[in-house]
Amino acid sequence: MTRRSAPLGRLALGALGIAAVVAVWEGYKALAPDTGVVIGGTTVLPRSTETAMPHVWDMVSRLSDPVIGTVGGDTMWQTVLDAGLFTLKIAAFGWIIGVVVGFVLALVMQRFTIAEAAVLPWIVLSQTVPLIAIAPLVRRWGSQITIGGFEWQSEHSVAVIAAYLAFFPVAVGVLRGLKAPDATHVDLMHTYGIGWWRTLFSLRLPASVPFLIPALRLAAASAVIGTVVAEVSIGLRGGVGRLIIEYAQSASSDPAKPWAPIFAAIAVGLVAAAFVGLLGLALKPYRRSEIPA
Amino acid sequence: MTSSQAVQVSGVSRTFGGRKGASVTALESVDLTVAPGEFVSLIGPSGCGKSTLLRLIADLDTPTSGELSVFGKPARQARVDQDYGIAFQQAGLLPWKTVTGNIELPLALHGAGRSERKGRVKELLELIGLADFAGHYPDQLSGGMQQRVAIARALAESPKLLLMDEPFGALDEMTRERMQNELVRICAETQAAVVFVTHSIPEAVFLSDRVVVMSPRPGRITDVIDVSLGGPAERDDSLREDEAFFRAVAKVREALHGVPVTGARGVDSR
Repeated sequence: MTRRSAPLGRLALGALGIAAVVAVWEGYKALAPDTGVVIGGTTVLPRSTETAMPHVWDMVSRLSDPVIGTVGGDTMWQTVLDAGLFTLKIAAFGWIIGVVVGFVLALVMQRFTIAEAAVLPWIVLSQTVPLIAIAPLVRRWGSQITIGGFEWQSEHSVAVIAAYLAFFPVAVGVLRGLKAPDATHVDLMHTYGIGWWRTLFSLRLPASVPFLIPALRLAAASAVIGTVVAEVSIGLRGGVGRLIIEYAQSASSDPAKPWAPIFAAIAVGLVAAAFVGLLGLALKPYRRSEIPA
Repeated sequence: MTSSQAVQVSGVSRTFGGRKGASVTALESVDLTVAPGEFVSLIGPSGCGKSTLLRLIADLDTPTSGELSVFGKPARQARVDQDYGIAFQQAGLLPWKTVTGNIELPLALHGAGRSERKGRVKELLELIGLADFAGHYPDQLSGGMQQRVAIARALAESPKLLLMDEPFGALDEMTRERMQNELVRICAETQAAVVFVTHSIPEAVFLSDRVVVMSPRPGRITDVIDVSLGGPAERDDSLREDEAFFRAVAKVREALHGVPVTGARGVDSR
């Protein structure tokens, strides 16, 4: 059994990982020829020019420069921070919707065997549909919805698409979790004469936590990716996805610029993962079975 | 059928339907009576239906035919009324609950108050000798300790019948004998009747008033042997080396194999 490393040590390891990536990037840039490595007309290693691979410090320093030109206007980091928060908000909505839908589906599938046989293939199938294909559909259907004062916005479409990706790991993971209790446990609850609902709360839900946490983490990552991709394909302004497309156009004149929204996307992903990490801490008592006796 | 019996099984059969009409007869016309406070072991090779019989008594399964009553009620009613406590081969403790939380689980599920639960848990912890482990989690306990907690949980609602399905089957021999000693003491203190499934002959002989010998295909009772090696005070480790103990072991073994076992230690030809 490995001992749990101290928080400080883990932090140091994380920093070391980032340093390693930077070292590989800069090392390759210093050693590889500008034209890359071409064998028989095929580029097997990328070009290492300033345009193709800007220095890491250029990417970082670009964040503190203004977005356009050299004077006035918002600095880059403010702009990508705003975009990151915008994307994070939508992703969070999508995540919540996805988690609720996935949970309900898992409960129904656990309760009714027929439902599992009928629904599970569709759930798996749903993830094979390309996101690019459903994004315009969702937007078109959504634009026809007006309930009272509520009007469907593009943000809602993006959140729905994020949820579409996020519900899958939750449905599958929670279903596995709900089925995790031993036959002995299930028999025991039966001898106590308690019904499905109370068995759910006293046995199945607590037992599903070790499966729930990884599912929620996957769902968070999926929600962020779904949001960014949906922003691009729906053409929603204000988020990281749009900035990635916008800034990619200035890649040749300002090669460090496209990296700024990429960093923002990474930051959004990290925040989402950290949130699930906190949830995992809160549910720690229910994760004892993960540790072998 | 008298209601004074703890368990009354008459003419019970259980057939499991297999694929393509092939069905397995797990139990065939079984009759068994367990008196209040009596310790009865079910012993036999795998597939003899001893666990099936226990599950029928516990209403975890229903008989294909025959009558089955627990304290004069249908098995289902007895289960709903919590007339029995049950322990399985796996301790089956909830890993996210402490020893206390596990023992009081049935009480909590049936709405017992906090102070009542606290008092009962304290008694049970004393009974199983784990008073110092109240706040421990199952993964911090040895297999034997976990099984003791499971027994305490089975006793939580002071049932007059205890159903045990190979509860010591996963334990090593030393722990097992110690647990048997404890079970004798616990049974004496609680006055509960016990139906105990095992495939260990010495275990059955040491614990039981009567040993029910079963055989497979189809599962049925072939013999019932009165053991009764004395009261709980006399059942200690010295009994395991007693002549009477060996004689009873040999008797059960013969019943299991269907023929007298030659050369068995302590066989008396009287």
